[in-house]
Amino acid sequence: MLQKIKNEIVESQIFKSVFRHGYPDNDLDRAYAIFSSVFLHIHPVKVRRSALRMRYTFCLGGITLFLFIILSVTGIWLMFYYTPYTGLAYRNIKDLQFVIFGGNLMRDLHRFAAHGMVLFVWLHMTRVFLTGAYKAPREFNWIVGVVLLVNTLVLSWTGYLLPWDQLAYWAVTVGAKMASYTPLIGQNGPWGPQLGFLPTNDIMFMLLGGTVVGQNALIRFYVLHCVVLPLVVTVFLAVHFWRIRKDGFSGPL
Amino acid sequence: MDEKVTREIFPRDSRKSYGLVELMKKTAPIVKKEPEDTVYVWPNLLMIEIICAILVTVGLMVLIQFEHAPLRSLADPSTTPNPMRAPWYFLGLQELLVYFDPWYAGVVLPGMIIAGLMLFPYLDVNPKGVGYYTYSERKFAVFNYSFGFAIWWITIVIGTYLRGLDWQWYWPWSNHLEHMNPALVTLIPLHLIFVNWFHVSEGVGKLFGDIIFIGYFALGTIIPMIIWKPMYKAMGLWRYLTFSFFFLSMMGVALKIVLRLLFNIKYVLVTPWINI
Repeated sequence: MLQKIKNEIVESQIFKSVFRHGYPDNDLDRAYAIFSSVFLHIHPVKVRRSALRMRYTFCLGGITLFLFIILSVTGIWLMFYYTPYTGLAYRNIKDLQFVIFGGNLMRDLHRFAAHGMVLFVWLHMTRVFLTGAYKAPREFNWIVGVVLLVNTLVLSWTGYLLPWDQLAYWAVTVGAKMASYTPLIGQNGPWGPQLGFLPTNDIMFMLLGGTVVGQNALIRFYVLHCVVLPLVVTVFLAVHFWRIRKDGFSGPL
Repeated sequence: MDEKVTREIFPRDSRKSYGLVELMKKTAPIVKKEPEDTVYVWPNLLMIEIICAILVTVGLMVLIQFEHAPLRSLADPSTTPNPMRAPWYFLGLQELLVYFDPWYAGVVLPGMIIAGLMLFPYLDVNPKGVGYYTYSERKFAVFNYSFGFAIWWITIVIGTYLRGLDWQWYWPWSNHLEHMNPALVTLIPLHLIFVNWFHVSEGVGKLFGDIIFIGYFALGTIIPMIIWKPMYKAMGLWRYLTFSFFFLSMMGVALKIVLRLLFNIKYVLVTPWINI
């Protein structure tokens, strides 16, 4: 009876139009399962047995990717309750803490997944370094990895401002002040004033959209944090994975 | 190609297995390997990935039972917290502000760290040690990486646990509520020491500082060229000069930290435009 219902479903035109292969309990369907799925096809169909050894990769890159996925999901959830306006941002976070169901859970997950991502990007880089996986022909993928590391740090830093509390405000003030010391293009940097850079036209002004951290800075950081940087990370992740496939996995032969 | 024809030639059959064979001029990683060497990603690798994802989720869930995302009082531009700490991953850079001017510690040095990391694969000419953990086959490379990150992590620990009010040095047993007397530590540029010791003018003192600074980079580049000739030969001139610049800059950061903490020296190189 159950078998009959199952067959009805599996043989139906709708099911067959979605899944082009049977359940992957045989080698042919295992291969189809990977390369006919847009999500799974970042894997090869087969990998070397030795590449599965946990004590080589420790799954560090995969964990980083997974944390990025958690951050995307919780981050989009948080966006429903957040207004990038200095008069409301802090109250929105208070609401998340005390009013909204699951608000604390999502905020805590987002915060600690972010810490975790910084940590695991670094651990992954250390693993890649110690196994010499950055050497030819994989030099370029290491560069892509460094770009991803920098993006992770900037993502964390831009997200830091959004709660609009004392921690956020002053950490970003101190960080933005650094930008004003940039040589040549900062108001306080070497050769900055000589080249005509003032508090109203230097690199810090460009970053904050003003001379102090205010509404313009909040909306800039919000757009960078929620749209621009995640997109940049996604693009570079795609290149990163593509290059692993093209340049080959570095693991033991 | 007409699909019907394809199907007739290669009918799908789950009892058969298929392989793609290609002739290549070069040797590929899989060439000459036994078929048993590879396994299917479904389920072998996918299972590992799912277990990892579950473990990370469980770990996060457990962690947030004990620790919550912080939220201080509403942002107030008129009240500056003391000490003002950056997020932990930037505390290393914030701590470096003690030892260098902001244009160097906050802008140029981070840029050099990023550039140095990106260039590393092109500067490391040692072909050994790919695909396995080894220290003995590439001691110098591992030393460089470890040294850089030791500075990174040590400054983070100092910034987190040993800095208090006004970013002064506080031991864990010091009174963290009492301001330290900043007059206890007087920072002096190196050239003033020369002025005091050798009774020379300030200009000559500065010249000594410049000579030490330039000499450090010049000798640091030339001496290893002579002592480790094979290394220099293997790297070639431009690769060696690039590496030497980054290596000596990294070592310079450590040296400056020592000079500042033990001898209260503020600057070595003093020019009208920049001081290091």
